[in-house]
Amino acid sequence: MITQNPGRWDFHGGIHRPDRKSLSAGKFLGKLPLPEILTLPLQQHIGSTAEPAVTAGEQVHKGQIIARTTEYIGAPIHAPTSGTILGIEERPVPHPSGLNAPCILLQADGKDAWGELPEPLPQYADLDPSLLRERIRWAGIVGLGGAAFPTSVKLNHGPDRPIQTLVINGAECEPYITCDDLLMREQADRIVEGIKILLHVVEAEECLIGIEDNKPEAIAAMQQAVAESALRNVQVVQVATRYPMGGEKQLIKVLTGKEVPSHGIPAEIGVICINVATAAAVTDAVIAGRPLLSRLVTVTGEGIANPGNLEVAFGTSLSQVIAHAGGYTDLAYKLILGGPMMGFTLGNDQVPMTKGANCLLLAGKEEAPDPDKALPCIRCGKCVEVCPAQLLPQQLYWYARAKDLDKTREYNLFDCIECGCCSWVCPSHIPLVQYYRFAKTETWAMEKEKQQAEEARRRHEARTERLERLEQERKARLRQKKEALEKKTARGAADPKKAAIEAAMKRVAEKKARQSRENEER
Amino acid sequence: MEFPVHTSPYGQLPNNVTRLMGQVLLALVPGIIALVYYFGWGVIINICIAITTAVAAEAGILHLRKRPILPTLMDLSAVVTAVLLAIALPPLLPWWMTVLGVLFAIIMVKHLYGGLGYNPFNPAMAAYVLLLVSFPLSMTRWLPPEMLNQYPLDFLQSLTIIFGGQFPDNLTWDAITSATPLDEMRTRLEMHQTISELSQSPLWGDFGGRGWEWIGNWFLIGGLFLLWRKVISWHIPVAMIAGLLLSAGIFWMIDPEAMPSPAFHLFSGGMILGAFFIATDPVTASTTPRGRIIYGFLIGVTVYIIRTWGGYPDAVAFAVLLMNMAAPTIDYYTKPKVFGAREDKDG
Ligand code: SF4
Ligand code: SF4
Repeated sequence: MITQNPGRWDFHGGIHRPDRKSLSAGKFLGKLPLPEILTLPLQQHIGSTAEPAVTAGEQVHKGQIIARTTEYIGAPIHAPTSGTILGIEERPVPHPSGLNAPCILLQADGKDAWGELPEPLPQYADLDPSLLRERIRWAGIVGLGGAAFPTSVKLNHGPDRPIQTLVINGAECEPYITCDDLLMREQADRIVEGIKILLHVVEAEECLIGIEDNKPEAIAAMQQAVAESALRNVQVVQVATRYPMGGEKQLIKVLTGKEVPSHGIPAEIGVICINVATAAAVTDAVIAGRPLLSRLVTVTGEGIANPGNLEVAFGTSLSQVIAHAGGYTDLAYKLILGGPMMGFTLGNDQVPMTKGANCLLLAGKEEAPDPDKALPCIRCGKCVEVCPAQLLPQQLYWYARAKDLDKTREYNLFDCIECGCCSWVCPSHIPLVQYYRFAKTETWAMEKEKQQAEEARRRHEARTERLERLEQERKARLRQKKEALEKKTARGAADPKKAAIEAAMKRVAEKKARQSRENEER
Repeated sequence: MEFPVHTSPYGQLPNNVTRLMGQVLLALVPGIIALVYYFGWGVIINICIAITTAVAAEAGILHLRKRPILPTLMDLSAVVTAVLLAIALPPLLPWWMTVLGVLFAIIMVKHLYGGLGYNPFNPAMAAYVLLLVSFPLSMTRWLPPEMLNQYPLDFLQSLTIIFGGQFPDNLTWDAITSATPLDEMRTRLEMHQTISELSQSPLWGDFGGRGWEWIGNWFLIGGLFLLWRKVISWHIPVAMIAGLLLSAGIFWMIDPEAMPSPAFHLFSGGMILGAFFIATDPVTASTTPRGRIIYGFLIGVTVYIIRTWGGYPDAVAFAVLLMNMAAPTIDYYTKPKVFGAREDKDG
């Protein structure tokens, strides 16, 4: 079934704020030259940390896997260029905690020599989807819209969940960010090729490409590319500009009218949602047999001299990215990775570029003032009005602050998409999302603790049970012996000789029993 | 280069409490001007007494609670409470009653419960009820509106009455004060007069008390401003007015001679002020969208019930306080359906 009139639905809440996209829109500053040393965090995605597949001193080629994934939810990491592995060390990584994490350090040799690559698969239409999923997994592709969830996992919807609609997310609803916009304008063909592959992989009936109406050039370019491709079941849908239109659940709702179930995933309603840049990466992996080594990133804000978009190899220091975009201006006041709604501040620029990094926002003081002191919640309900997940943020806040984790769950904490709309409109300037993140982390920690306690209890119970069983068996044996003896004594009481023999035998038996018991106890 | 860190979102946040409260105050201006026009200087004097007391009380108690004083005063919530109480009071109320009411509102109703955001009852309305119950006589001594007033008082005269209880020559309370239309309506109906008889009275305007009936419109202007600025949402005012009109309409249709018309109810007493400025006090109202409709509607119905069968002429304060008590329960049972809620489970 094809969706009739896609895009005619709406989602609840959301906010409008100046998008500031004109700072960087349509500007491509080129490909950043490779740095001398690349720092590649082992964790650049959601899921398990990749395991290093190289050791210090090893020579690697461009595109070679240097860390592989051992678990289902994970992604391998490839060498963005050829060179020597310097080691595996703890380094600062782009993470809100500001903590260090293990990274592979790679010294580039300047040759940028490719290693052996898997064969290109331009005839993918004849291949089994599982084969293509394997290829996408090999390529280390994760969601490039910022979430960095392993794409191959997403594409593995399972036979009991047939996919009707492939949703391609070109909404790019966060203010300032324009890398997807640029990609759609300049490389629409590459995206459409990826869509073809994805349609084949998930065996979807149709594809809907959602783009916010503040990107007319991107819409036109994509429409043209779709028309040229002669794909009849692919439609570009212009959607309203409203944050968080690009939220997976929101975009699916607007395009198809279907709501992803609470605590559920899109595949449950026959939808899979993939970002435009991710689709382009799929093309490279399948058609050219190339892994994901770099991405487009927006560098923007009042604090950067020459805002625009750059193609940057993973592992490049953000300081180099900034330098390439003209360096800081005097206004630079905050360094934000990601957009202003969901991104996070970095203490400095000495961290590497990773797969999930879609924007570097050098915000001026006006653009990102320091937060005011929060006032008490006045229960004005503004947060309720804007919450796209239709939660009661003020109640969630109340319970999260009181650390009443059960209540936060009852109020559907885990349906919160952390979009920040509630914090944005709160007149008391309460950092609401921070409380929700905290409550989520606490719940996870508690869950883990509970699991461990449960495990310990099970082990303890098993042990007690075993000991009890042994004890019972011992008692049963003793009783049997005693009964047998008593019978014998009763029978042989008339014969003194027999009695004497029996008494001796009893002693022996007792001794034996004692010995065997002692053995058993040892 | 080192940068400061804090959590998202980043940017100039569009709302803040001071601005919200400031807009409420601004929205009250047309209504206040109307009140001054109809009832004279006493209104302004009351407002000034109330604001001064509220600010002093809030500063004092913040000092005792060892909280920062200036930032909290800046949220203007104490000023809003003071003004809302002051404009509900009779224009010539002795000054110390106003002071007492404000002190009660700020200290007992607001801060003893933990301050802004924690008080379960609307401070202005709780104070109003306290004064009404303690000083029923003074609290029902209103002035006649301007066109009916034979003894208009100037500023100094008002001041002396409020502060000294001294009347200008040959004037007494009885000469200058008059009952409110709601009061009048009530007494006359108890005397078994019919509404048609009543409307012959010179006190009567088009559908309500002369002069009085127009004040609501001025507050309505402010209320619409608040709606437009999105300071309040439509749910409570619309539901509250609907609740009142519906109950008044039903009984009026049954017996138009004994039951005042819905229009009379709507434009009498504190209804419009209550619907847009008092029941919408976020702290003490219901916060879910559906809950707000129920909350507002029940206030409207309760106002009608108390006005018609209760012991007091106006009822907005009582109705609001009653529903303040019910708000947490209403919230609990009106949780919105979460995005993607599964049909088979509730929640
Ligand atoms: S927006 Fe802020 S102040 Fe208003 S109810 Fe929500 S949390 Fe409370
Ligand atoms: S951050 Fe969570 S609670 Fe706040 S608006 Fe977004 S989804 Fe709702």
